[in-house]
Amino acid sequence: MSKTVLIADDEKNILISLEYLMKREGYNVMVAHDGQEAVDAIFREHPDLVLLDVMMPKKTGLDVCQEVRANSNFKEMIIIMLTAKGRDTDIAKGMAMGANDYVIKPFSTRELAEKVRNMLGEA
Amino acid sequence: MRHFDSRVALGVAIIGGICVLWLLATGILIWSSLDETGQDAVAATLMPSLELLIFMWAISLTAVGFALRWLVAYFMTAPARLAEDAQVLLRTDVKRQLKPTGSIENRRLTDLFNQLVQQRETLRDDMDTLVQEAASNTELEKNRLAALMSELSKSVVVCNLDGRILLYNNRARRQFQRLSESPKVAAGAELIGLGRSIYGVFDRKLLTHAQENIQHRIEQGVASPSTKFVTTTQSGQLLRVQMAPVRAAQMENKIPTQMTGFVLLTENITHEFEALSHQEHVLNTLTERSRAAIANMQAALDVLEYPDLEPAMHENLLSVLREETQGLGERIHELKATTVNGFMSHWSLENMQGADLVEAAINRINALKGITATKSSIDTSVWLKVESFTLLEAIIYLAELLQHEYGVNKVQFRLGMTEAHGQLDLCWTPQNNDKGITLNCEKDSIRLGGEESSLTIQDVVERHNGAFWFEHDAESNQALFRFLIPLAKPQEQLDASALTDKESRPEFYDFDLFKASEQTRSLEDRKLIELSYTVFDTETTGLDPAGGDEIIQIGAIRIVNGKLLQQESFEQLVDPQRTIPAVSIPIHGIKPEMVKGQPVIKEVLPAFHAFVGDTVLVAHNAAFDMRCLQVKEALTGVVFDQPVLDTLLLSAVAHPNQESHGLDTIAERLNVDIHGRHTALGDAMATAEVFLHLINLLAEQGIHTMGQAREAAEKTYYARLKY
Repeated sequence: MSKTVLIADDEKNILISLEYLMKREGYNVMVAHDGQEAVDAIFREHPDLVLLDVMMPKKTGLDVCQEVRANSNFKEMIIIMLTAKGRDTDIAKGMAMGANDYVIKPFSTRELAEKVRNMLGEA
Repeated sequence: MRHFDSRVALGVAIIGGICVLWLLATGILIWSSLDETGQDAVAATLMPSLELLIFMWAISLTAVGFALRWLVAYFMTAPARLAEDAQVLLRTDVKRQLKPTGSIENRRLTDLFNQLVQQRETLRDDMDTLVQEAASNTELEKNRLAALMSELSKSVVVCNLDGRILLYNNRARRQFQRLSESPKVAAGAELIGLGRSIYGVFDRKLLTHAQENIQHRIEQGVASPSTKFVTTTQSGQLLRVQMAPVRAAQMENKIPTQMTGFVLLTENITHEFEALSHQEHVLNTLTERSRAAIANMQAALDVLEYPDLEPAMHENLLSVLREETQGLGERIHELKATTVNGFMSHWSLENMQGADLVEAAINRINALKGITATKSSIDTSVWLKVESFTLLEAIIYLAELLQHEYGVNKVQFRLGMTEAHGQLDLCWTPQNNDKGITLNCEKDSIRLGGEESSLTIQDVVERHNGAFWFEHDAESNQALFRFLIPLAKPQEQLDASALTDKESRPEFYDFDLFKASEQTRSLEDRKLIELSYTVFDTETTGLDPAGGDEIIQIGAIRIVNGKLLQQESFEQLVDPQRTIPAVSIPIHGIKPEMVKGQPVIKEVLPAFHAFVGDTVLVAHNAAFDMRCLQVKEALTGVVFDQPVLDTLLLSAVAHPNQESHGLDTIAERLNVDIHGRHTALGDAMATAEVFLHLINLLAEQGIHTMGQAREAAEKTYYARLKY
């Protein structure tokens, strides 16, 4: 059974590309347009991996991450933070909130796809 | 004329008495051994020459008297006179040689005295020369310092350890006037002045913290132990401050570690900060938005490279590219429009050893009730770039939050570092191992110096370009707040050689200004001459403040250390919001059109209260002026509870037999010129001059202290008359 990836970002222009890309990689893809949608989708669908933008309306990616990790059922879920903030303190904070990896915008989608494959143990 | 000496008379009388007794006794003995014929023969021989006998006795006594007188003068009067002359020489500045008289010993003693006097005069002359040289040097240094201060583009304020201002330059005066909460009233003169407290401008805890920092660095032997901080004033302005220590005098080549005061260099950076904040915001937004746009474009391009892309998706991605390219162009245009010329960190961060910061935090937390702090693993090689006051306040806020909201009574500090950041953790064990525990306090306002502020923890963290978060490990039930703070390069320590270099310690700090203050003594015991006073006068619409008469002018001037500070005056017209009776206009000269547009009493009294500060109030017939201020207490909320002295009562103490103690009469009696009589400031100045004279007159009556002056004033007739 193919794995599920949730893409949470409020930028529809990146959602178009990422959704296409992940589907092409063979994953089940869900999208969320803000932090609250992302939390709801995670708890409802329990995706295997989440591509989580940091700056989102309603809840930031960091809040989503902390909330999800507080629930022990979601300890193993993979979270990759996507962000336009490039300060190393932001990265440190993201990792402390429980992200597995952190990707700074702009990024190569091929490298992202490879990272997703690796983290889902499909390389 | 030579004085009659009673000792000579006494000597003569005794010798005369003894002679008479001897004659009588011998006569009686001889008389009793003779027979009757013998007795008759003796009587017949002596009786006719009895007068001669008495006469010879008197002649002999006169001769004895002269001899005695000479002896007394020779052996006793000469030393006594020498003693008197010596006392005159001792107590006065008379320069004269003593004339040797009397015995040889006395003459020798006189010669010795003369030599000693000569020696004293030579020493005194030498001393005078030295004092004059020193005084002219001091004067020269003072002039140099004054020139330097006026040339400085920064404002400079020098304070003693109690925060009393001892020195300030013109720029500081102008800057502090802008900081005034009521700059329109009396030109905001209430904040700066000799002897005033700097704590009227800066928070006491903030300055104490900075002092402790400096003291700590001095003890560690840091070469330039000054400290910097940024603070907001009560009127909401932002100041960048550098504090440098003034040290005790250098003794025997030992570097002094004791601070006797401090120098504050201040810069108002409110506008600079607003501009920089705006620039920073624009830049940050631009960077983030551009990154996102480029990410969108790159992702679209990556997908476009797939050869088997459906036409609809192809068109979709092309429109993404068009949209993002256009957006990016607009943003670059926007960037140019905001003319961002540079991007710099505007917060004044100082280098500080992380362990010192932890130590300070532990001391502060342990001073709180019900919570103790310890350290568990502290990396002493960590040097942080911090704005330590706000950061400490944030940490203290968190500790208090933990104690009040979560019942935590023990916290631990950990300090480590990553490549570029120091990692400061405030750790504790939560009481209930609640798995879902989250603490979102980044947006909480912290208190600064015990008062609410609008500064949040997030603001503090952003000032440091750092990060802050809460972590909870449910398995070990350990919780922590983590601060990421940029690392600083370790400071050059123990470079004390700069201190021993004479050039590095200008000698013009040798003023008398840094003597320990007398604040610890109660006001009642303090000498009148050393207190600070605000001498004031009010002009009013009439003489019945309770019945509706209003203040139309307040004038005041300060006396510090017995000196009238002409430059530090307060003069303000007040709109009484009622008519000014025509009969009163000739007295004060204030016409209705003059008070039009002037501030009302509600605005003026708070500024005047700040101007008075903690000085003693002085007025002529103070009861009236105080009554005028008191009837406004309810309206303005300003209570003048400073101690009050009344020149009218003090004049009655000094000259109890004079009929009048009106200001004009006293001024005339004490030879004080009044300029501008019946303007509030003119009368205040005259009162101040009179008061300074009265302090001296009271001292002659043994009245030296505030307590004695008040007690004496209360006993006068005038004090018993109620206004």
